Amino acid sequence: MKEDKYFAGIIKKPGSSMTYKTYVWRDGLKPAWIKKNCINCLTCYINCPDHAIKVDKDGNMAGHNLDYCKGCGICAQVCPAKPKAIEMKKE
Amino acid sequence: MKRLALTGNEAMAYAMKQSKPDVFCGYPITPTTDILVTLAKYIANGELDCEFVTAESEHSVASILYGASSAGARCFTCTASQGLALMHEVLHIISGARLPIIIGSSSRSLSSPINVHGDHADFMDMRDTSFIQIFSENAQDSYDNFLQGVRIAEEARLPAIISSDGFITSHNLEAVEVLKDEIAYKFIGDYKTPFSILDIKNPITINPLSLPNSFMEIKKSQADAMRQAKKVIPKVALEYEKISGRQYGFFREYCLDDAKVAIVVLGSTAETAQLVIDELRNKGIKAGILALRVFRPFPAKEIMAALSNCKVVCILDRADAYSSLGGPLFVEVASALYKSKSRPILLSRIYGLGGREIDEEMIKNIFEEIIKINKGQKLNEFGYIGLKK
Repeated sequence: MKEDKYFAGIIKKPGSSMTYKTYVWRDGLKPAWIKKNCINCLTCYINCPDHAIKVDKDGNMAGHNLDYCKGCGICAQVCPAKPKAIEMKKE
Repeated sequence: MKRLALTGNEAMAYAMKQSKPDVFCGYPITPTTDILVTLAKYIANGELDCEFVTAESEHSVASILYGASSAGARCFTCTASQGLALMHEVLHIISGARLPIIIGSSSRSLSSPINVHGDHADFMDMRDTSFIQIFSENAQDSYDNFLQGVRIAEEARLPAIISSDGFITSHNLEAVEVLKDEIAYKFIGDYKTPFSILDIKNPITINPLSLPNSFMEIKKSQADAMRQAKKVIPKVALEYEKISGRQYGFFREYCLDDAKVAIVVLGSTAETAQLVIDELRNKGIKAGILALRVFRPFPAKEIMAALSNCKVVCILDRADAYSSLGGPLFVEVASALYKSKSRPILLSRIYGLGGREIDEEMIKNIFEEIIKINKGQKLNEFGYIGLKK
Protein backbone atom coordinates (compact mmCIF):
# COMPACT_ATOMS: atom_id res chain seq x y z
CA MET A 1 0.00 0.00 0.00
CA LYS A 2 1.13 3.53 -0.78
CA GLU A 3 2.22 5.45 2.30
CA ASP A 4 -0.71 7.59 3.43
CA LYS A 5 0.38 10.26 5.89
CA TYR A 6 -3.21 10.71 7.09
CA PHE A 7 -3.80 6.98 7.70
CA ALA A 8 -6.12 6.75 10.74
CA GLY A 9 -4.50 9.92 12.07
CA ILE A 10 -1.74 7.80 13.59
CA ILE A 11 1.09 9.81 15.14
CA LYS A 12 4.41 8.07 14.72
CA LYS A 13 6.63 10.65 16.43
CA PRO A 14 6.29 10.65 20.22
CA GLY A 15 5.86 13.90 22.15
CA SER A 16 3.94 15.69 19.42
CA SER A 17 1.71 17.42 21.96
CA MET A 18 4.77 19.46 23.04
CA THR A 19 4.49 21.38 19.79
CA TYR A 20 0.86 22.24 20.40
CA LYS A 21 0.55 25.42 22.43
CA THR A 22 -2.90 25.74 23.93
CA TYR A 23 -2.51 29.47 24.62
CA VAL A 24 -4.25 30.02 21.26
CA TRP A 25 -7.51 29.22 23.05
CA ARG A 26 -7.07 32.41 25.15
CA ASP A 27 -9.72 34.95 24.33
CA GLY A 28 -8.51 38.47 25.10
CA LEU A 29 -7.39 38.17 28.72
CA LYS A 30 -4.13 36.96 30.21
CA PRO A 31 -2.93 36.84 33.81
CA ALA A 32 -0.38 39.28 35.14
CA TRP A 33 1.65 38.38 38.25
CA ILE A 34 2.30 41.23 40.68
CA LYS A 35 5.32 39.88 42.51
CA LYS A 36 5.31 42.42 45.36
CA ASN A 37 1.81 41.36 46.45
CA CYS A 38 2.52 37.59 46.23
CA ILE A 39 2.45 35.69 49.56
CA ASN A 40 3.77 32.53 47.84
CA CYS A 41 0.85 30.38 49.09
CA LEU A 42 0.60 28.50 45.71
CA THR A 43 -3.23 28.45 45.83
CA CYS A 44 -3.03 29.47 42.16
CA TYR A 45 -0.78 26.47 41.41
CA ILE A 46 -3.26 24.03 43.00
CA ASN A 47 -6.25 25.51 41.18
CA CYS A 48 -4.79 26.03 37.71
CA PRO A 49 -6.48 23.47 35.39
CA ASP A 50 -3.67 23.72 32.84
CA HIS A 51 -0.59 23.45 35.00
CA ALA A 52 0.39 26.90 33.78
CA ILE A 53 1.76 28.29 37.08
CA LYS A 54 5.55 28.09 37.14
CA VAL A 55 7.26 27.06 40.35
CA ASP A 56 11.02 27.36 40.76
CA LYS A 57 13.29 24.66 42.17
CA ASP A 58 12.86 26.03 45.71
CA GLY A 59 9.08 25.69 45.49
CA ASN A 60 8.34 29.38 44.99
CA MET A 61 5.77 30.89 42.64
CA ALA A 62 7.63 31.99 39.48
CA GLY A 63 4.94 33.45 37.25
CA HIS A 64 2.79 31.98 34.45
CA ASN A 65 3.63 29.64 31.57
CA LEU A 66 1.78 31.60 28.92
CA ASP A 67 2.28 28.83 26.32
CA TYR A 68 -0.42 26.81 28.06
CA CYS A 69 -2.44 29.39 30.00
CA LYS A 70 -5.94 29.53 28.44
CA GLY A 71 -6.83 32.71 30.30
CA CYS A 72 -9.62 31.25 32.42
CA GLY A 73 -8.87 33.62 35.30
CA ILE A 74 -9.19 31.04 38.09
CA CYS A 75 -5.74 31.94 39.48
CA ALA A 76 -6.74 35.59 39.81
CA GLN A 77 -10.09 34.62 41.35
CA VAL A 78 -8.62 32.31 44.04
CA CYS A 79 -5.60 34.50 44.92
CA PRO A 80 -6.05 35.21 48.69
CA ALA A 81 -3.44 38.01 48.86
CA LYS A 82 -4.69 41.52 49.64
CA PRO A 83 -4.21 43.32 47.36
CA LYS A 84 -4.30 40.45 44.82
CA ALA A 85 -1.05 39.19 43.34
CA ILE A 86 -2.68 38.08 40.05
CA GLU A 87 -4.84 40.27 37.83
CA MET A 88 -6.39 39.51 34.45
CA LYS A 89 -5.26 42.05 31.88
CA LYS A 90 -6.08 42.62 28.21
CA GLU A 91 -3.66 40.81 25.86
CA MET B 1 -13.66 -30.19 -2.04
CA LYS B 2 -15.86 -31.46 0.80
CA ARG B 3 -19.63 -31.12 1.00
CA LEU B 4 -20.96 -30.59 4.51
CA ALA B 5 -24.46 -30.11 5.89
CA LEU B 6 -24.21 -26.73 7.58
CA THR B 7 -26.54 -23.94 8.64
CA GLY B 8 -25.69 -20.42 7.52
CA ASN B 9 -24.28 -19.66 10.97
CA GLU B 10 -22.22 -22.86 11.03
CA ALA B 11 -20.92 -22.15 7.53
CA MET B 12 -19.73 -18.76 8.73
CA ALA B 13 -18.14 -20.27 11.85
CA TYR B 14 -16.38 -22.81 9.62
CA ALA B 15 -14.94 -19.99 7.51
CA MET B 16 -13.89 -18.21 10.71
CA LYS B 17 -12.08 -21.33 11.92
CA GLN B 18 -10.24 -21.69 8.62
CA SER B 19 -9.17 -18.02 8.75
CA LYS B 20 -7.43 -18.67 12.12
CA PRO B 21 -8.36 -15.59 14.14
CA ASP B 22 -6.09 -14.55 17.02
CA VAL B 23 -8.96 -13.19 19.07
CA PHE B 24 -12.68 -13.91 19.01
CA CYS B 25 -14.77 -11.84 21.37
CA GLY B 26 -18.51 -12.17 21.57
CA TYR B 27 -21.79 -11.82 23.38
CA PRO B 28 -24.68 -14.10 22.40
CA ILE B 29 -27.71 -12.76 20.55
CA THR B 30 -30.41 -14.39 18.44
CA PRO B 31 -30.01 -15.31 15.60
CA THR B 32 -26.17 -15.28 15.54
CA THR B 33 -25.46 -17.15 18.79
CA ASP B 34 -24.66 -20.36 16.90
CA ILE B 35 -21.61 -18.73 15.34
CA LEU B 36 -20.21 -18.05 18.81
CA VAL B 37 -21.20 -21.50 20.11
CA THR B 38 -19.70 -23.32 17.12
CA LEU B 39 -16.47 -21.38 17.37
CA ALA B 40 -16.23 -22.09 21.12
CA LYS B 41 -16.66 -25.77 20.28
CA TYR B 42 -13.81 -25.66 17.75
CA ILE B 43 -11.56 -24.12 20.39
CA ALA B 44 -12.62 -26.63 23.07
CA ASN B 45 -11.97 -29.52 20.64
CA GLY B 46 -8.49 -28.23 19.91
CA GLU B 47 -9.37 -27.56 16.26
CA LEU B 48 -8.64 -23.85 16.62
CA ASP B 49 -6.06 -21.98 18.69
CA CYS B 50 -7.66 -18.64 19.43
CA GLU B 51 -8.15 -16.30 22.38
CA PHE B 52 -11.89 -16.53 23.13
CA VAL B 53 -13.09 -13.60 25.21
CA THR B 54 -16.62 -13.41 26.56
CA ALA B 55 -17.67 -9.84 27.31
CA GLU B 56 -20.51 -8.37 29.36
CA SER B 57 -22.07 -6.52 26.43
CA GLU B 58 -21.63 -5.88 22.72
CA HIS B 59 -20.27 -2.40 23.43
CA SER B 60 -17.49 -4.13 25.38
CA VAL B 61 -17.02 -6.74 22.63
CA ALA B 62 -16.33 -4.03 20.08
CA SER B 63 -14.07 -2.16 22.52
CA ILE B 64 -12.07 -5.29 23.39
CA LEU B 65 -11.59 -6.08 19.70
CA TYR B 66 -10.55 -2.49 19.07
CA GLY B 67 -7.72 -3.02 21.56
CA ALA B 68 -6.76 -6.47 20.29
CA SER B 69 -6.77 -5.35 16.67
CA SER B 70 -4.65 -2.29 17.54
CA ALA B 71 -2.09 -4.72 18.92
CA GLY B 72 -2.02 -6.50 15.57
CA ALA B 73 -4.41 -9.41 16.13
CA ARG B 74 -6.80 -10.86 13.53
CA CYS B 75 -10.15 -10.27 15.25
CA PHE B 76 -13.64 -11.63 14.61
CA THR B 77 -16.98 -11.37 16.35
CA CYS B 78 -20.61 -12.13 15.65
CA THR B 79 -23.70 -10.11 16.48
CA ALA B 80 -27.03 -8.82 15.17
CA SER B 81 -29.90 -6.48 15.90
CA GLN B 82 -29.74 -4.81 19.34
CA GLY B 83 -26.24 -6.16 19.81
CA LEU B 84 -25.03 -4.52 16.63
CA ALA B 85 -26.88 -1.36 17.59
CA LEU B 86 -25.19 -1.36 21.01
CA MET B 87 -21.81 -1.60 19.25
CA HIS B 88 -22.66 1.36 17.05
CA GLU B 89 -20.52 3.99 18.80
CA VAL B 90 -17.45 1.76 18.69
CA LEU B 91 -18.05 0.76 15.04
CA HIS B 92 -17.19 4.30 13.97
CA ILE B 93 -14.07 4.25 16.16
CA ILE B 94 -12.96 0.91 14.67
CA SER B 95 -13.35 2.10 11.09
CA GLY B 96 -11.81 5.49 11.85
CA ALA B 97 -8.79 3.72 13.34
CA ARG B 98 -8.75 1.55 10.18
CA LEU B 99 -8.85 -1.77 12.03
CA PRO B 100 -9.98 -4.70 9.83
CA ILE B 101 -12.22 -6.38 12.43
CA ILE B 102 -14.78 -8.67 10.82
CA ILE B 103 -18.32 -9.20 12.10
CA GLY B 104 -20.19 -12.34 11.11
CA SER B 105 -23.88 -11.57 11.33
CA SER B 106 -27.33 -12.80 10.48
CA SER B 107 -29.61 -9.84 10.15
CA ARG B 108 -32.54 -9.26 12.46
CA SER B 109 -35.11 -6.56 13.06
CA LEU B 110 -34.58 -3.76 15.57
CA SER B 111 -36.84 -3.04 18.55
CA SER B 112 -39.39 -1.64 19.29
CA PRO B 113 -41.65 -3.66 19.30
CA ILE B 114 -39.33 -6.51 20.18
CA ASN B 115 -39.04 -9.20 17.52
CA VAL B 116 -36.27 -11.74 17.06
CA HIS B 117 -36.87 -12.56 13.38
CA GLY B 118 -35.00 -11.66 10.27
CA ASP B 119 -35.07 -8.39 8.41
CA HIS B 120 -32.35 -5.97 7.34
CA ALA B 121 -32.89 -3.15 9.85
CA ASP B 122 -29.63 -3.79 11.73
CA PHE B 123 -27.59 -4.12 8.53
CA MET B 124 -29.04 -0.89 7.10
CA ASP B 125 -28.48 0.86 10.43
CA MET B 126 -24.74 0.50 9.73
CA ARG B 127 -24.84 2.36 6.41
CA ASP B 128 -22.58 5.23 7.43
CA THR B 129 -20.17 3.38 9.74
CA SER B 130 -17.58 2.91 6.95
CA PHE B 131 -17.73 -0.87 7.29
CA ILE B 132 -17.51 -2.97 4.14
CA GLN B 133 -20.96 -4.58 4.00
CA ILE B 134 -21.59 -7.87 2.22
CA PHE B 135 -24.84 -9.81 2.20
CA SER B 136 -25.26 -13.54 1.57
CA GLU B 137 -28.13 -15.29 -0.18
CA ASN B 138 -27.57 -18.74 1.34
CA ALA B 139 -25.22 -20.77 3.55
CA GLN B 140 -22.73 -21.31 0.73
CA ASP B 141 -22.55 -17.54 0.25
CA SER B 142 -22.09 -17.07 4.00
CA TYR B 143 -19.03 -19.31 3.88
CA ASP B 144 -17.60 -17.86 0.66
CA ASN B 145 -18.33 -14.25 1.61
CA PHE B 146 -16.72 -14.56 5.00
CA LEU B 147 -13.47 -15.94 3.58
CA GLN B 148 -13.39 -13.21 0.95
CA GLY B 149 -14.44 -10.63 3.54
CA VAL B 150 -11.33 -11.31 5.62
CA ARG B 151 -9.11 -10.73 2.60
CA ILE B 152 -11.00 -7.62 1.46
CA ALA B 153 -11.05 -6.03 4.92
CA GLU B 154 -7.37 -6.68 5.60
CA GLU B 155 -6.27 -5.42 2.21
CA ALA B 156 -8.52 -2.35 2.20
CA ARG B 157 -7.72 -1.73 5.89
CA LEU B 158 -11.39 -1.28 6.73
CA PRO B 159 -13.63 -3.38 8.98
CA ALA B 160 -16.32 -5.55 7.41
CA ILE B 161 -19.66 -7.12 8.22
CA ILE B 162 -20.77 -10.27 6.43
CA SER B 163 -24.45 -10.94 6.95
CA SER B 164 -27.29 -13.18 5.83
CA ASP B 165 -31.02 -13.41 6.47
CA GLY B 166 -31.66 -14.20 10.14
CA PHE B 167 -33.22 -17.68 10.61
CA ILE B 168 -33.96 -18.14 6.89
CA THR B 169 -30.28 -18.56 6.09
CA SER B 170 -28.71 -18.62 9.54
CA HIS B 171 -30.70 -21.62 10.83
CA ASN B 172 -31.52 -23.70 7.75
CA LEU B 173 -29.34 -26.68 6.98
CA GLU B 174 -27.86 -26.64 3.49
CA ALA B 175 -25.19 -28.53 1.56
CA VAL B 176 -22.10 -26.33 1.68
CA GLU B 177 -18.93 -26.98 -0.29
CA VAL B 178 -15.95 -26.11 1.87
CA LEU B 179 -12.32 -25.71 0.88
CA LYS B 180 -9.57 -27.77 2.41
CA ASP B 181 -8.12 -26.02 5.49
CA GLU B 182 -4.71 -25.49 3.83
CA ILE B 183 -6.20 -24.08 0.64
CA ALA B 184 -8.49 -21.74 2.54
CA TYR B 185 -5.66 -20.50 4.75
CA LYS B 186 -3.32 -20.07 1.81
CA PHE B 187 -5.98 -17.82 0.28
CA ILE B 188 -6.43 -15.85 3.53
CA GLY B 189 -2.73 -15.67 4.48
CA ASP B 190 -1.15 -14.48 7.71
CA TYR B 191 -2.39 -11.18 9.01
CA LYS B 192 0.14 -8.43 8.43
CA THR B 193 -0.52 -5.40 10.55
CA PRO B 194 1.03 -2.09 9.49
CA PHE B 195 1.37 -1.10 13.15
CA SER B 196 1.00 -2.46 16.64
CA ILE B 197 0.53 -0.50 19.84
CA LEU B 198 2.60 -3.18 21.60
CA ASP B 199 5.65 -2.46 19.42
CA ILE B 200 7.74 -0.58 22.01
CA LYS B 201 10.55 0.07 19.53
CA ASN B 202 8.19 2.07 17.32
CA PRO B 203 5.84 3.86 19.73
CA ILE B 204 2.77 5.40 18.10
CA THR B 205 -0.40 7.18 19.12
CA ILE B 206 -3.62 5.76 17.67
CA ASN B 207 -7.01 7.46 17.71
CA PRO B 208 -5.40 10.79 18.75
CA LEU B 209 -7.10 14.11 19.33
CA SER B 210 -7.52 15.65 15.91
CA LEU B 211 -8.80 19.22 15.76
CA PRO B 212 -10.17 21.20 12.80
CA ASN B 213 -6.70 21.57 11.27
CA SER B 214 -6.26 17.83 10.61
CA PHE B 215 -9.61 16.01 10.97
CA MET B 216 -10.86 16.41 7.40
CA GLU B 217 -7.77 14.96 5.73
CA ILE B 218 -7.93 11.86 7.96
CA LYS B 219 -11.61 11.36 7.13
CA LYS B 220 -10.94 11.86 3.41
CA SER B 221 -8.24 9.21 3.60
CA GLN B 222 -10.85 6.88 5.17
CA ALA B 223 -13.32 7.61 2.36
CA ASP B 224 -10.54 6.91 -0.17
CA ALA B 225 -10.07 3.50 1.46
CA MET B 226 -13.72 2.67 0.75
CA ARG B 227 -13.26 3.75 -2.86
CA GLN B 228 -10.13 1.59 -2.99
CA ALA B 229 -12.12 -1.36 -1.56
CA LYS B 230 -14.19 -1.30 -4.76
CA LYS B 231 -11.04 -2.32 -6.62
CA VAL B 232 -10.06 -4.93 -4.03
CA ILE B 233 -13.40 -6.79 -4.07
CA PRO B 234 -13.33 -8.01 -7.72
CA LYS B 235 -9.64 -8.87 -7.42
CA VAL B 236 -10.27 -11.04 -4.35
CA ALA B 237 -13.34 -12.60 -6.02
CA LEU B 238 -11.22 -13.62 -9.00
CA GLU B 239 -8.62 -15.26 -6.78
CA TYR B 240 -11.38 -17.00 -4.87
CA GLU B 241 -12.93 -18.28 -8.08
CA LYS B 242 -9.64 -19.94 -8.97
CA ILE B 243 -9.66 -22.05 -5.81
CA SER B 244 -13.40 -22.61 -5.41
CA GLY B 245 -14.86 -22.48 -8.92
CA ARG B 246 -17.55 -20.11 -7.65
CA GLN B 247 -17.97 -16.66 -9.18
CA TYR B 248 -18.75 -13.55 -7.17
CA GLY B 249 -19.32 -9.94 -8.20
CA PHE B 250 -20.79 -6.83 -6.60
CA PHE B 251 -24.14 -8.45 -7.38
CA ARG B 252 -25.57 -11.49 -9.10
CA GLU B 253 -27.58 -11.01 -12.25
CA TYR B 254 -30.36 -13.41 -13.13
CA CYS B 255 -31.81 -13.05 -16.64
CA LEU B 256 -30.96 -9.35 -16.49
CA ASP B 257 -29.22 -9.00 -19.88
CA ASP B 258 -32.37 -8.45 -21.94
CA ALA B 259 -34.80 -7.77 -19.09
CA LYS B 260 -37.40 -5.03 -19.51
CA VAL B 261 -38.75 -5.37 -15.98
CA ALA B 262 -36.62 -6.24 -12.97
CA ILE B 263 -36.37 -6.31 -9.22
CA VAL B 264 -33.40 -5.37 -7.03
CA VAL B 265 -33.18 -7.41 -3.87
CA LEU B 266 -30.77 -8.28 -1.06
CA GLY B 267 -30.42 -11.73 0.46
CA SER B 268 -32.35 -14.98 0.33
CA THR B 269 -35.42 -13.50 -1.37
CA ALA B 270 -33.42 -13.41 -4.62
CA GLU B 271 -33.54 -17.20 -4.75
CA THR B 272 -37.30 -17.26 -4.19
CA ALA B 273 -37.69 -14.66 -6.93
CA GLN B 274 -35.63 -16.76 -9.31
CA LEU B 275 -38.44 -19.36 -9.45
CA VAL B 276 -40.88 -16.61 -10.40
CA ILE B 277 -38.56 -15.35 -13.13
CA ASP B 278 -38.37 -18.85 -14.66
CA GLU B 279 -42.16 -18.93 -14.81
CA LEU B 280 -42.39 -15.44 -16.32
CA ARG B 281 -39.71 -16.22 -18.89
CA ASN B 282 -41.69 -19.29 -19.94
CA LYS B 283 -44.58 -16.94 -20.65
CA GLY B 284 -42.26 -14.76 -22.74
CA ILE B 285 -42.01 -11.92 -20.22
CA LYS B 286 -38.54 -10.42 -20.12
CA ALA B 287 -38.04 -10.24 -16.36
CA GLY B 288 -34.81 -10.30 -14.36
CA ILE B 289 -33.21 -9.93 -10.94
CA LEU B 290 -30.31 -7.92 -9.61
CA ALA B 291 -29.36 -9.66 -6.36
CA LEU B 292 -27.08 -7.25 -4.53
CA ARG B 293 -24.15 -8.74 -2.64
CA VAL B 294 -21.93 -5.77 -1.82
CA PHE B 295 -23.80 -2.89 -0.19
CA ARG B 296 -20.71 -0.95 0.95
CA PRO B 297 -18.88 0.18 -1.07
CA PHE B 298 -22.04 0.77 -3.09
CA PRO B 299 -21.49 -0.33 -6.72
CA ALA B 300 -23.44 2.56 -8.25
CA LYS B 301 -21.82 2.57 -11.70
CA GLU B 302 -22.17 -1.17 -12.11
CA ILE B 303 -25.83 -1.10 -11.03
CA MET B 304 -26.52 1.72 -13.48
CA ALA B 305 -24.99 -0.30 -16.31
CA ALA B 306 -26.86 -3.47 -15.35
CA LEU B 307 -30.28 -1.78 -15.15
CA SER B 308 -29.90 0.61 -18.07
CA ASN B 309 -32.03 -1.47 -20.46
CA CYS B 310 -34.93 -1.93 -18.04
CA LYS B 311 -38.16 0.04 -18.34
CA VAL B 312 -39.45 -0.53 -14.80
CA VAL B 313 -37.43 -1.60 -11.76
CA CYS B 314 -38.86 -2.43 -8.36
CA ILE B 315 -36.48 -2.20 -5.41
CA LEU B 316 -37.39 -4.52 -2.58
CA ASP B 317 -36.36 -3.41 0.89
CA ARG B 318 -36.46 -5.63 3.95
CA ALA B 319 -36.01 -2.55 6.13
CA ASP B 320 -37.49 0.93 6.23
CA ALA B 321 -35.45 4.10 6.45
CA TYR B 322 -38.49 6.01 7.82
CA SER B 323 -37.47 8.90 5.62
CA SER B 324 -40.78 9.08 3.70
CA LEU B 325 -38.59 8.50 0.63
CA GLY B 326 -38.84 4.71 0.32
CA GLY B 327 -36.57 1.98 1.66
CA PRO B 328 -32.82 2.49 2.11
CA LEU B 329 -31.87 0.32 -0.86
CA PHE B 330 -34.40 2.16 -3.04
CA VAL B 331 -32.81 5.51 -2.23
CA GLU B 332 -29.33 4.24 -3.09
CA VAL B 333 -30.40 2.60 -6.36
CA ALA B 334 -32.33 5.73 -7.32
CA SER B 335 -29.17 7.80 -6.72
CA ALA B 336 -27.15 5.34 -8.78
CA LEU B 337 -29.59 5.69 -11.69
CA TYR B 338 -29.64 9.49 -11.66
CA LYS B 339 -26.87 9.66 -14.25
CA SER B 340 -28.46 6.97 -16.43
CA LYS B 341 -29.59 8.25 -19.85
CA SER B 342 -32.54 5.86 -19.98
CA ARG B 343 -33.85 6.28 -16.47
CA PRO B 344 -36.18 3.37 -15.69
CA ILE B 345 -39.34 3.96 -13.68
CA LEU B 346 -38.54 3.02 -10.09
CA LEU B 347 -40.79 1.53 -7.44
CA SER B 348 -40.07 1.04 -3.75
CA ARG B 349 -41.68 -1.92 -2.00
CA ILE B 350 -41.02 -2.82 1.61
CA TYR B 351 -41.42 -6.47 2.55
CA GLY B 352 -40.65 -9.08 5.17
CA LEU B 353 -40.25 -6.80 8.20
CA GLY B 354 -39.77 -8.71 11.44
CA GLY B 355 -39.63 -12.01 9.56
CA ARG B 356 -42.95 -11.55 7.67
CA GLU B 357 -43.23 -14.29 5.05
CA ILE B 358 -42.36 -13.54 1.43
CA ASP B 359 -43.32 -16.22 -1.07
CA GLU B 360 -43.48 -16.77 -4.83
CA GLU B 361 -47.08 -15.61 -5.02
CA MET B 362 -46.16 -12.23 -3.52
CA ILE B 363 -43.25 -11.77 -5.90
CA LYS B 364 -45.51 -12.75 -8.80
CA ASN B 365 -47.88 -9.97 -7.68
CA ILE B 366 -45.03 -7.46 -7.72
CA PHE B 367 -44.20 -8.38 -11.28
CA GLU B 368 -47.87 -8.05 -12.22
CA GLU B 369 -47.73 -4.50 -10.84
CA ILE B 370 -44.49 -3.78 -12.65
CA ILE B 371 -45.89 -5.05 -15.94
CA LYS B 372 -49.03 -2.89 -15.50
CA ILE B 373 -46.82 0.16 -14.99
CA ASN B 374 -44.79 -0.76 -18.05
CA LYS B 375 -48.06 -0.69 -19.99
CA GLY B 376 -48.69 2.86 -18.84
CA GLN B 377 -50.87 2.37 -15.77
CA LYS B 378 -50.16 4.67 -12.82
CA LEU B 379 -49.41 3.01 -9.48
CA ASN B 380 -48.04 4.18 -6.16
CA GLU B 381 -44.30 4.69 -6.18
CA PHE B 382 -44.09 3.56 -2.56
CA GLY B 383 -45.74 0.53 -1.08
CA TYR B 384 -45.61 -2.65 0.95
CA ILE B 385 -45.71 -6.34 0.17
CA GLY B 386 -47.76 -8.71 2.30
CA LEU B 387 -49.22 -5.96 4.48
CA LYS B 388 -52.50 -6.83 6.25
CA LYS B 389 -55.46 -4.62 5.49
